[in-house]
Amino acid sequence: MTAFLTRTRGRGRLDWTDWFTYLYLALGLFLMFGPVAWLVLSSFKTESAIAEFPPRLLPMGQKQVVVPGEDKPKPVFRVKLPDGSVKELAELRRIGLTSTMVDPAKPDDLVRVPIDARTPVREFKLATENYTDLAAKFDFGQYLWNSVFITIVATIITLLFNSMAAFALSKYRFGGRKVVFLLILSTLMVPPTIVLVPNFLVVSELGLLNSLWGVIWPAVATPTGVFLLRQYMLTLPDELLEAARLDHASEWRIYWRIVLPLTAPALAVLAIFSVMWRWNDFLWPLVVLTKSEKFTLQLALNAFQGDLVTQWNYLLAMTVITLLPVTVVFAFLQKFITQGIASAGVK
Amino acid sequence: MLRTLAAAPLAAASRVVEAPFRWVQSAFGLSPMPWLFLAPNLLILGVFTFLPLVINFYYAFTGGAELYPSQRPYVGAENLATLFDCGNYFDPSSCRKDLFWRAMWNTAKFSVLQVTLMVGFSVVTALVLNRKMAGRGFWRGVFFYPVLLSPVVVALIWKWILQREGVLNAVMIASGGAPAEWLTSGGWAFWWVIFVSIWAHMGFYTLILLAGLQAIPRDLYEAAQMDHASPWRTFSRITLPLLLPNLLVVGVLALIRAVQIFDEVFVLTGGGPGSATTFVVQFIYQTGFMEQIRLYGMAAAGSLVLAVALILLTLIQLRVANTEKAEAETR
Repeated sequence: MTAFLTRTRGRGRLDWTDWFTYLYLALGLFLMFGPVAWLVLSSFKTESAIAEFPPRLLPMGQKQVVVPGEDKPKPVFRVKLPDGSVKELAELRRIGLTSTMVDPAKPDDLVRVPIDARTPVREFKLATENYTDLAAKFDFGQYLWNSVFITIVATIITLLFNSMAAFALSKYRFGGRKVVFLLILSTLMVPPTIVLVPNFLVVSELGLLNSLWGVIWPAVATPTGVFLLRQYMLTLPDELLEAARLDHASEWRIYWRIVLPLTAPALAVLAIFSVMWRWNDFLWPLVVLTKSEKFTLQLALNAFQGDLVTQWNYLLAMTVITLLPVTVVFAFLQKFITQGIASAGVK
Repeated sequence: MLRTLAAAPLAAASRVVEAPFRWVQSAFGLSPMPWLFLAPNLLILGVFTFLPLVINFYYAFTGGAELYPSQRPYVGAENLATLFDCGNYFDPSSCRKDLFWRAMWNTAKFSVLQVTLMVGFSVVTALVLNRKMAGRGFWRGVFFYPVLLSPVVVALIWKWILQREGVLNAVMIASGGAPAEWLTSGGWAFWWVIFVSIWAHMGFYTLILLAGLQAIPRDLYEAAQMDHASPWRTFSRITLPLLLPNLLVVGVLALIRAVQIFDEVFVLTGGGPGSATTFVVQFIYQTGFMEQIRLYGMAAAGSLVLAVALILLTLIQLRVANTEKAEAETR
């Protein structure tokens, strides 16, 4: 073990900094992943298991068995019989304080016991109905669609508009180039929170209130994207463009056929960022989208958690679905994301 | 596969957009082309950023609850005067808009505490992650992962843990402690808001500091090892001074974000209990969009105050970045 832990350090002894490192990492793993793991575990608990306090670690549900002659599976209880023996029996029905139990192996042998003589038998069980019920119980499909639509469409437009601007700023020499670049960069200093009220006016004047486009349009001209793509395009040799111009390629063709494909790595980074930004957006959609059929997943989550009686089992399942895409993207593209952030300093 | 699937619609789209570009080029030559390429981006920025900036001023100096500027009476500096109408700025209950000043002080307190603690933890985490060890990429991912989660998801994860019948209280009882109302008692809620926001954002700053650490020349540490310098001495004499410029940048960046805290707190506590976790952005949102009578002018005036704070912080940031650059050049 010691050899494994120190194998890249080249000395055979653990000093206090090593102990601290591994202690810190273990604590970090627990603190950073623990809450998410707890969320996922809890999202598979039945409604009654969710309400249990203190909670159990694993999702447990009441064991059910099929009793011959009954069409639905019946719940299993551990029953203390009058003769003092304890047996696992299935409950057929319950009337008042007495319930009728039966041994599934001997379905003709009915036993009547007072309800306080039985305790439910639990087993590990994933309450997948928390997920499968979402579509039927809520307008879940609509929220999901709204989120996906905004994310994909806004990302495509962002890539197009930002790369066009970056192309102009990196491949042409024209009066005002510097001013325009600084103007675009200066909008980094104008966080959406500052222009919340007037933007609401602009969007409502354009008739985009309660429209997904009201979320998309204000978000697509990201200064970060222009900056990222321009820096990358500056590294492409201008000779390529000159050669194409000699061949009478139009400027649009040069942009579309030559520059854009060569910018693919930077476009990929921006696409990842844009997907995460739009998927996670909250304050602006909260202002623009007030009708529940226009809600994104984030807004729906916020609305449900504010309900008087929070249905945690569904809320947690919906939360898991909301964090799933980002998690999958991260799992596969972690290197891309962390390098992009470290180099551009943007989030 | 994706490439071939997307090829046909992409080519079609390109052909549609190409037409106006080609026409302009053949009619006016090369000189308007960069502006044509810039047009969509600039149009969006103009309509949704620069125009609103101007309108915001207009709103801040008009009153009433009408949204359309033409229907709003000019009131001069009345909105700002109301916001700043205070017996004693240190005592919000002596102010006419007491919620605004509570939000201001909460934001100030939050920003200082959150940024200090977060930068501290980020440094330690970056130092730990910078060591040579097995599975470095994995560990980096562990600390970075929460950064990607949406504020709503972050808030719900912790609300589920911190609610009265949540797992934290279960642990408290099991370990012999007393359960508490973590989110509905003022003292605790404020600290949990700080904790949760650190949890959610720390990875981002850790990553930037990690890049700074990796830029420190290795031979300095080798020399220190030759001299049998203790880990603490190596840290305080080599790492810390060379990391200082990054630390300043990270600090100011974190401060700019902290001042704008809203999303996760709004979902986690709703600003409560009372106004214990109400911050400036929430004041703007409430005043402009949640009340029965929407006081857009008051909200816009609040935005102006926030904007001034942000401009000051940004100027400091530019200053810090410039000195850092100058130092790097003289080094």
